[in-house]
Amino acid sequence: MPHHVMEDGEGLPVPNRIVAKPVRKTGQIVAAVIVALLAAMLLHGLITNPRFEWNVVWKYLFNERVLSGVGYTLLLTVISMVVAIILAVILAIMRKSVNPVLRGVSWFFIWFFRGTPVYTQLVFWGLFAVLIPKLSLGIPFTSIEFWSVDSKTVITAFNAAWIGLALNEAAYLSEIVRAGLEAVDPGQTEAAQALGMKRAQIMRRVVLPQAMRIIIPPTGNETIGMLKTTSLVLAVPFTLELQFATNAIANRIYKPIPLLLVAAIWYLFITSIMMVLQSRLEKHFGKGYEARPVGSSAKTPLPGKTDGEPKDDVAKTNEAIFTGLNA
Amino acid sequence: MTQATSTQSQSAGTPAIEAKQVHKAFGDLHVLKGVDLTVQPGTVTVILGPSGSGKSTFLRLINQLETLTGGEIDVDGEMIGYRWEGEGAKRHLQTLNDKQVAAQRAKLGMVFQKFNLFPHMTALENVMEAPVHVKRMDKKEARTLAIRELERVGLGERLDYYPAQLSGGQQQRVAIARALAMQPEIMLFDEPTSALDPELVGEVLTVMRSLADGGMTMVVVTHEIGFAREVADQIVFMDGGKVVEQGGPDIIDHPQEPRFQDFLQHVL
Repeated sequence: MPHHVMEDGEGLPVPNRIVAKPVRKTGQIVAAVIVALLAAMLLHGLITNPRFEWNVVWKYLFNERVLSGVGYTLLLTVISMVVAIILAVILAIMRKSVNPVLRGVSWFFIWFFRGTPVYTQLVFWGLFAVLIPKLSLGIPFTSIEFWSVDSKTVITAFNAAWIGLALNEAAYLSEIVRAGLEAVDPGQTEAAQALGMKRAQIMRRVVLPQAMRIIIPPTGNETIGMLKTTSLVLAVPFTLELQFATNAIANRIYKPIPLLLVAAIWYLFITSIMMVLQSRLEKHFGKGYEARPVGSSAKTPLPGKTDGEPKDDVAKTNEAIFTGLNA
Repeated sequence: MTQATSTQSQSAGTPAIEAKQVHKAFGDLHVLKGVDLTVQPGTVTVILGPSGSGKSTFLRLINQLETLTGGEIDVDGEMIGYRWEGEGAKRHLQTLNDKQVAAQRAKLGMVFQKFNLFPHMTALENVMEAPVHVKRMDKKEARTLAIRELERVGLGERLDYYPAQLSGGQQQRVAIARALAMQPEIMLFDEPTSALDPELVGEVLTVMRSLADGGMTMVVVTHEIGFAREVADQIVFMDGGKVVEQGGPDIIDHPQEPRFQDFLQHVL
C-alpha cells in the first residue's frame, strides 16, 4: 500500500521550519534490487521452462469443463459458508445461553463435527441414502408417521457435498463467533439492559455487530480454506468441482503439471476476489472505530504512523481539539 | 406506560425508591449488609463512600444488573425482580422473566462510569436505539425526540459523530441523552465523572444540575463533594456495606460519624 506521509502542519506559519535531508534509505534500495532480481529469475524460469507447458495451460484455462468446475467450486464454497455462518452464530449463541440444554447441544455438535475428519464426514453423507433410505417424521418406537421422503431424492451428491462441508465448518466457525462475542465489553450489554432491551435484541443490535469486527478476518481465512477444501467432495463422490475436473482432464491427456497450474491459477484468482470482498466487509463493520481527525475527511495516517496504529493518537488529537472548543 | 400509575402513586406519597434491609453477596464476599434507603420523588440523593463500600453495587441492584441476596427494593411502590404468588402456606416469591424485568427497567435511566455508548452507532443512533427498538416508536418521531435530547445536553452539533470522535465529557452527555430519551422517572448515575479528565467534569455536572432543577428524581454515586453539597436533597454515606450516616446536605459540613469525618478529610 502506498504510504503517503504528510508534512507536519503544512500551510501553518512555522517560522523556524526544519528543512533537512532524510536518513538515507540504503536498505530499502538494496532490498528492492535483490527482490527484483529474484523475481526476474523466477519469472524467466517459469516462462521458458518447457516442462510447464504453458501452451497446454492456456489451452485448458478456459476449457468448458474447467469453467464449469470453477462455477461448482464457487457455488459449493458460497453455499456451505453461508449455511456454516448461520449455523455457527446459532451455535455460539446457544453455547452462551442460560439454558443448559441448548448449551449441551451446542457443545456436542462442536465436539462431534470438529472431532472427526471432514473426509470421513463427507463419505458418510455420500452414503446417507444407502444407510438411511427413508427420512420420516413421526413418534419414535411407534408406527405413527406424519411425513416421509425417499433419502435419494433429498441427499443428492451435490446436497451431500455442501451439507457435509457446512456442518463441519460450522463447528470451527462457532468457536470464532464465540470468541468474537466474548470480546465485546460486558458494559455494552449492561447499558442495553438498562435501556430495557431484551436478551435477543441486545444480541442482534448491540453485541453481534461489534463482534463482527473481530469475527470477519478469521472467517475470511476460513472461507479461503473452504475454497480449497471443496476439492475433498470427491469423497461423496461429487465430481464436478475444479480440482476433480482438471484432474480428470490431466489423466486423459497425461499432462498433470499444466492442469494443476490451471487449477492453481483459478484458485488464486478467486482468492484474490475474496480478499477484496473481505476488506470491504471489514470497512463496513469497522465504522465508528476508525476515528478520523475532526474537520478533515482525509484518511491519511498520522505522520510517522502506519495504517494500523493511529487510533489512539487520533483520539488524543480530537480530545485536544474539543478541549480547546469547550474551554 | 407506567405514567398514569406513577402519578397516582406519587400523590399517595409512595417513595420513588424504597430499599429494605438489602443484602448482597458475591460468593463469600458480603458486599451489602442490610441497607435501608428511601428516595422521595423529585429529589436528588447523593451516595458517598470510599471505594469498596458497596455504593455502586447498591445502584446496580436498583436497576437489576445484579440480583438481590436478601431484602427488598421497591421502585414506585412495586417490588423489583420478584412477585409474590400463591396464598397461605403456598405463598412464595416468583422470579420475574426477561420481559417483565425489561419493563421494570424502563422506569429507570442509568448512566455508567465508562459511558458504555454503542461504538458502532452515531450519537443520534445511540439515542434513537431504545425508543425505536424498545418502545417501538416511529423512526421519524424517535429522531425528533433524540435530536431534542441531544440539544438539551448541548450536543445538537454532534449528531452524526461516532463515540470515538467525541471527548469523554461529550460521550457522557450522549449517554445521559440516551437514558433520558426513554423518559425514565428516575435517573441513576454510577460515578458519571470518575473516568473524565478534570477539565471535562464541569460540562457533565452542569447537565446533571439542570436535570435536578427540572425535578428529575436522581440517585448519584459520586466523589464530587461540591456537587453533592449544592444539588443533593439527601446525602447518604456508606462504608463497609452499610449506611453509616444520612441526612440533608448540611451533614457534609457537620459530619457526626468519625468514619464520615475521616472520609471527608481525605476527599475535600
